[in-house]
Amino acid sequence: MSDDAVSPEEVRHVADLARVDLDDDEVDRFTEQFADILEYFETLDEVPEVDREADLTNVMRPDEERPSLEREAALENAPATEDGYFKGPNVS
Amino acid sequence: MSDDIFITEERIEGAEDGPLAGKTVAVKDNISTDGVRTTCGSRMLEDYVPPYDATVVSRLKDAGATIVGKANMDEFGMGTTTETSYFGETDNPAAPGHVPGGSSGGSAAAVAAGEADLALGSDTGGSVRCPAAFCGVVGIKPTYGLVSRYGLIAYGNSLEQIGPFGETVEDAAQLLDVIAGSDDRDATTRSEGDDANYADAATGDVDGLSIGVPTELLEGADEGVVETFWEALDELEERGATYHEVSLPSVEHAVEAYYVIAMSEASSNLARFDGVRYGHSGGYDGNWNETFARAREEGFGDEVKRRVLLGTYALSAGYHDKYYKKAQDARAWVKQDFDEALSEADVLASPTMPVPPFELGESLDDPLQLYLADANTVPVNLADLPAISVPAGETDGLPVGLQLVGPAFGEERLIRAASALA
Repeated sequence: MSDDAVSPEEVRHVADLARVDLDDDEVDRFTEQFADILEYFETLDEVPEVDREADLTNVMRPDEERPSLEREAALENAPATEDGYFKGPNVS
Repeated sequence: MSDDIFITEERIEGAEDGPLAGKTVAVKDNISTDGVRTTCGSRMLEDYVPPYDATVVSRLKDAGATIVGKANMDEFGMGTTTETSYFGETDNPAAPGHVPGGSSGGSAAAVAAGEADLALGSDTGGSVRCPAAFCGVVGIKPTYGLVSRYGLIAYGNSLEQIGPFGETVEDAAQLLDVIAGSDDRDATTRSEGDDANYADAATGDVDGLSIGVPTELLEGADEGVVETFWEALDELEERGATYHEVSLPSVEHAVEAYYVIAMSEASSNLARFDGVRYGHSGGYDGNWNETFARAREEGFGDEVKRRVLLGTYALSAGYHDKYYKKAQDARAWVKQDFDEALSEADVLASPTMPVPPFELGESLDDPLQLYLADANTVPVNLADLPAISVPAGETDGLPVGLQLVGPAFGEERLIRAASALA
């Protein structure tokens, strides 16, 4: 798939979009594997356009107040909390 | 023995009475259990303890079942061998030295080893049926919408269903009776399972049953597997069923369509794991993009990273139409093909897996080859249909599964037919 082959830069770019750090070994390994896998995905080009008859209905419920998870329970798994809130890293 | 089947061994007692009183159940570790660690087989959730029960877990407890542990699985359900688990591999009790299949490998192994009477798994592209086939037990992938996914930690929402394992079809059907039915906490559930009685359908009566055999699902399959498959069909024929060949041309594209859709959904679903509200923390050095990327580098294993990255790629600008849109076309095509084939047959039959169980460690290096092993199971998820894997026999001492596929909400028909074999 010469022209479309994945480059290490593309793997790094996608990893950046997905917020996953990769070390150099991982970049090399994924570059090679992605080329194989994406070449296989290319065969989707042979699929004809198909009418999709989705059998879907909206599922609605009354917008009523009801109990939800207690704040304490919701915070139980957080690595860090402050004053009843999740503590996140700096935004910038 | 049990150490490699469960990630967490802890008993959760259910109600005193109920249809499952006295029964023990293993629960896949991506199904939330209130107060009991639920890891998804990942370092990311190594210490995660859900503050609520999944709907299926509440229903197990109400039915009197005793949960005996949280079963090992491929990380976030991504795998066909249970070897991508952060907590190590699980041996196959029915074929020692071989993988139990995946991703619900611990669940199937628990039933095969007698560690639990029944088990729950989840099936996104074959993750109940594959381990059922490899461990020589019964596994059911219900119709999309039959079983609530509330509390199932999501991987591919449009594809996955929670499904039961048992030693016999009747056992698995009895568990399906308990978990099936509508749930106002999962808007994709339907009411078809509300009053069903699946266990009573396990009569083994196949007299007059018309079985379609999709030729595409036999091509390229292992010789011994195909031989065992035909022997099982002969047995059904002796009991009054008939079979004819059918063609499903679209399934030639099912694996690539499945992986594009599943990876795309995974990349979106797993975006929630940033180490702030739960899960492995990336610390507090640098800005949030840096710490999130660190949490995910450390928390996710290879296969999860691979799928999140490929899904991100398939959805990114310039590639969406080429991959995701074409995959949705293929999905609609697969549905049409199955509808057509099922208008001329009561059920469709194939080997569940085209190969016998791999040896432990054999298949880890080549992800694409492993994806191709899902050829017979993924079309069913694309078509939203129900399917069952039932033991068909053995080839060289290794278990072979027979898969039956039915029309939407045709679980009773599948259970009736499959119960002729186990």
